[in-house]
Amino acid sequence: MSHDEQVRDIDSAKGISGDRIFKMITLGFAFSIILILLLITVGMAVESIPTLKLFGWKFITGSDWDAVQGQFGALPYIWGSIVSSLLAILIATPLSVGTALFITEIAPGKLGGAIASLVELLAAIPSVIYGLWGILVMAPWLQHTVEPFLSDHFGFLPFFRGAPYGVGMLAAVFIIMIMIIPIITSITKEVLLAVPRSQKEAAVALGATRWETIRMAVLPYGRSGILGAVVLGLGRAIGETMAVTMVIGNTPQISLSLLAPAYTMPSVIANEFAEASSKLHSAALMEIGLILLVITLIINITARVLIWGVTRQRTSGGQI
Amino acid sequence: MNGMVARSLKNAVMMLLMGTATLLVLTPLVLIFVHIVREGAGSINLDFFTNIPNPPGESGGGMANGLVGSAIILSMASLFGIPTGIFGALYLSEYEGNRLANVIRFSADVLSGVPSIITGLVAYTLIVVPMHGFSAIAGAAALGLIIIPIVLRTTEEQLKMVPGTLREASLALGVSFWRTTLQVTLRSALKGIVTGILLSIARVAGETAPLLFTSLGNHFWGRKLTEPMAALPLQIFNFAISPYEDWHRLAWAGALVLVVIMFGLSLVARLFGRQKPMA
Repeated sequence: MSHDEQVRDIDSAKGISGDRIFKMITLGFAFSIILILLLITVGMAVESIPTLKLFGWKFITGSDWDAVQGQFGALPYIWGSIVSSLLAILIATPLSVGTALFITEIAPGKLGGAIASLVELLAAIPSVIYGLWGILVMAPWLQHTVEPFLSDHFGFLPFFRGAPYGVGMLAAVFIIMIMIIPIITSITKEVLLAVPRSQKEAAVALGATRWETIRMAVLPYGRSGILGAVVLGLGRAIGETMAVTMVIGNTPQISLSLLAPAYTMPSVIANEFAEASSKLHSAALMEIGLILLVITLIINITARVLIWGVTRQRTSGGQI
Repeated sequence: MNGMVARSLKNAVMMLLMGTATLLVLTPLVLIFVHIVREGAGSINLDFFTNIPNPPGESGGGMANGLVGSAIILSMASLFGIPTGIFGALYLSEYEGNRLANVIRFSADVLSGVPSIITGLVAYTLIVVPMHGFSAIAGAAALGLIIIPIVLRTTEEQLKMVPGTLREASLALGVSFWRTTLQVTLRSALKGIVTGILLSIARVAGETAPLLFTSLGNHFWGRKLTEPMAALPLQIFNFAISPYEDWHRLAWAGALVLVVIMFGLSLVARLFGRQKPMA
């Protein structure tokens, strides 16, 4: 028996089989991630077959939602989700990028670090607590201070017409904005930290001011990563459930006015699913969940691709 | 030079704008924090930790059933989420480099972006419907689905930080690969992994949406895992949207307790992770 064969013999007796089993076990657990993702997608599609068949595209374009009559059109919810998320992201983006720049470029060191950890701390506060604050503190403030002001001075615009309820689209936009700012800020911060020093030094050496350095060296380098952070924030915004449910007023209507109550896709699931009155009703809510899932999957995949491209060189990914 | 003045002016304006943005961002966040502490501290007492909620109109009462319920549901969720995450991570870090590992990694990232209410819908379909009723088990399953990708990714990061030479030393001594992985690699990374796990539990402790139609909530003590069970975040939600002043107070107290628990967990996690076992 040659030496090689001996080694192989020992291996097959002691190690190889154990190693193979071990690999199979870990693979099984790892593979379950893919299975879970498939299970979620297929499961929800199967559960929404009744309404998919009955209404087809009318489910998305229709705006009647009547569980008693068996009429289900999801447009007001889709509208509410898209409008609230887009408006929130529109305001949150410049604020978040400004804050991230402040942390990394203007006040690096102790102050920046303190602000960064405060922002991260607040990103950990659960949605339901933002909702609690939103409904008990922010909504009354909007109702008595902000909304009367808006309708008095800007009432000629269709966006600020109607009675001030406090709860409504404006409250939802505010609460979503407050919640996604920490997320966008901390990812943008990571992206900005990944900008190589040499890039900035080159700009400074040419006599650029701080802002010019940011504009010419930092922002162009981090552009796709920042875009990724914003897209990821959009994903969070659109899937945000509890806080929005508590402040948006839960009325399925399509109104241009920000003061009017509205409704979103996650909110209607949260409010109605446990008490769905019929098979068709729960299928309709499942289909709303399916639409929501597809939208967030597209958004998340886009964001990951954008962020991975930038931060991969610096760290090996990490929990973003 | 005129150009220079204009440039410095622009620089100053932009600096000011960024400072303002930072202030605008911090203001509501700080306000929320202040409100939670002030309102919560004013409403908290021993009853909160020992009693179940009183019916509306009667003041007092607590959220003891929610605290215990949350602890039970979270433990069950960890029981199934954490091993899955750790073993999955072992595959990703120790057999990396193949295409399948990349697909799994990507799926985990995508999964962690799925809105939490959707994991509730899935748990409803898979568990509540077959078992003919809302249950603590279904709630745990929904939360477990959220834990898996977080634990997977943080564990993988920690395993990757274990130096390859350590693995090689063990293998060179004739220790089989699987033993090396479990007894050398995994053990060296254990502290970091525990930190990651604590952080992930802190994160899901406040999840409400996945519990709405799985564990459902319960105004009394839940006796069985197959029955609806109270959870702290659910109680905060239900009491916050109620019209009763007393229940609002309980909700604030609950919010403070929840935040303290979550921050406490992550503080412990960070302190624990700070003493690195080895470089």
